[in-house]
Amino acid sequence: MRAAWKNHLTGYAFISPFVIGFLAFILIPAGASLYLSFTSYDLFTTPRWIGLDNYKEMFFQDSKYWQSLKVTLIYVFLGVPLRLAFALLIAMLLNTASKAVGIYRTVYYLPSIIGGSVAVSIMWRNIYGDEGIINLLLNTLGLDSIRWFAEPFAALWMLISLSVWQFGSSMLIFLAGLKNIPNELYEAANVDGAGPVRRFFGITLPMLTPIILFNTILQTIGAFMTFTPAYIISKGEGGPLDGTLLYSLYLFRQGFVYFDMGYASAMAWMMLIIVSIFTAILFATSKFWVHYESKGD
Amino acid sequence: MIYPVIWLLMSSFKPSEQIFQTAGSLIPTDWIWTNYSQGWEGIGGHSFGVFIKNSLVLVVLATIGAVASSALIAFGFARLKFFGSTFWFGVMMVTLMLPHDVTLVPQYIMFSKIGWLNSIKPIVIPAYFGAPFFIFLMIQFIRTIPQELDEAATIDGCGKFRLFYRIILPLIAPALATAAIFSFYWRWEDLINPVLYLNKPSMYPVSMALKMYLDADTLSNWGAMFAMSIVSLVPVVAVFFAFQKHIVEGISTSGLK
Repeated sequence: MRAAWKNHLTGYAFISPFVIGFLAFILIPAGASLYLSFTSYDLFTTPRWIGLDNYKEMFFQDSKYWQSLKVTLIYVFLGVPLRLAFALLIAMLLNTASKAVGIYRTVYYLPSIIGGSVAVSIMWRNIYGDEGIINLLLNTLGLDSIRWFAEPFAALWMLISLSVWQFGSSMLIFLAGLKNIPNELYEAANVDGAGPVRRFFGITLPMLTPIILFNTILQTIGAFMTFTPAYIISKGEGGPLDGTLLYSLYLFRQGFVYFDMGYASAMAWMMLIIVSIFTAILFATSKFWVHYESKGD
Repeated sequence: MIYPVIWLLMSSFKPSEQIFQTAGSLIPTDWIWTNYSQGWEGIGGHSFGVFIKNSLVLVVLATIGAVASSALIAFGFARLKFFGSTFWFGVMMVTLMLPHDVTLVPQYIMFSKIGWLNSIKPIVIPAYFGAPFFIFLMIQFIRTIPQELDEAATIDGCGKFRLFYRIILPLIAPALATAAIFSFYWRWEDLINPVLYLNKPSMYPVSMALKMYLDADTLSNWGAMFAMSIVSLVPVVAVFFAFQKHIVEGISTSGLK
């Protein structure tokens, strides 16, 4: 009896940092934010209970909210699939040329490891500048320059292209997955005379589906929370015409520029709900498209 | 693929006024180093070295905390049987997927009430309570270690903590390295936490310093900004080259399936 008690206590001793951290930095703050979302609060005076007013304002009055939700959804639905397709393509290239020269690999890894830094956002801002290389390239092709910082959709495209360029972490995970596919499968397919296209759709893609699911979930959540590039590229404003006002940036502005903590909390909870719905849909549909190998064969 | 980076690198050696005039030609006509010396002088009265030092302090303290605490927690989940372990494991997996934004506002309020604003405490201290992604990575890794090892050690009279410290910890070194590398990257690049919690230029990390260049500069000193952007990327690239084997190994052995 005493030994059993001791075991439980030892277990909790080891995980206690997580339990304490979860309560102090996640659960209590999350609860507080739920409460604050029903209040008007500016950090300096006491929170004033206003019921559902924040949510009402969000849904029915705040056109900026809908704008930020719209650009975020475009960003997620264009950016994530493009990035994953790109990541898979590069991972397959690297996998076939597995013993290729180091420099070749490094060229592909590099964007992934530096992708999130402020320096890269600054760089992106400049290659899309009015006299940047993208416009120069368009001019050489006989096309007109695009004023990337004046057109809302052009500016959003700038962010999407940056997110595609940061394909690296998903590529690494794909690469690990590709290495786990047994070679015998491909050999058998070769014997049966399957071409590269059939090998891809018949073996590679089905075998990778668990990893595709994992990557899609992680990347979708990550994309919803994108902050740094939008903040740097639009200099914190979300312009032009709110074209790059991603959800996180708008939340940040509501909370820490206008000090409307109640509204920002309501936005955070809406985001949690939206992300949960997406994750739930992905998991629910996964049984139709994710292929799990049965154990023990 | 890598062209933008090379463009940035080459531009950092061009005189500011030439960067955009000669944006099409990659190689500078005259190579100059003054961008680097000017950039290094810094901004707001602080040399760029100060910002690098600030970043390193943040990164090192947070990484030690995150890796050490995560290893402890991962061992608890992977090897110990106790009441409620499945429940807490589930909680951890949910936390892994929780958007950071949800706790952003209340954490800020909490840290401001206890007077932690304008210090590195709000950024460093939470790291000492485990990072779900690292915990998960390490649990997966520990599970590949044969249980017989634990049993043998226990029979020899080895307590749980010694088992963790003497036997498991050395064996999961690759996973620890992977976690440390990721932690380094994320902390080095982090912008939102410094924006929220560090309001004095003397405390700015590199990411904030670059942002300050961007805010301050009206077309004048592109060269210095580009040069310091390159400087800010050097540690990231260096760590990658030094540890690239661990990065790929750590991910593939974690058995993401």
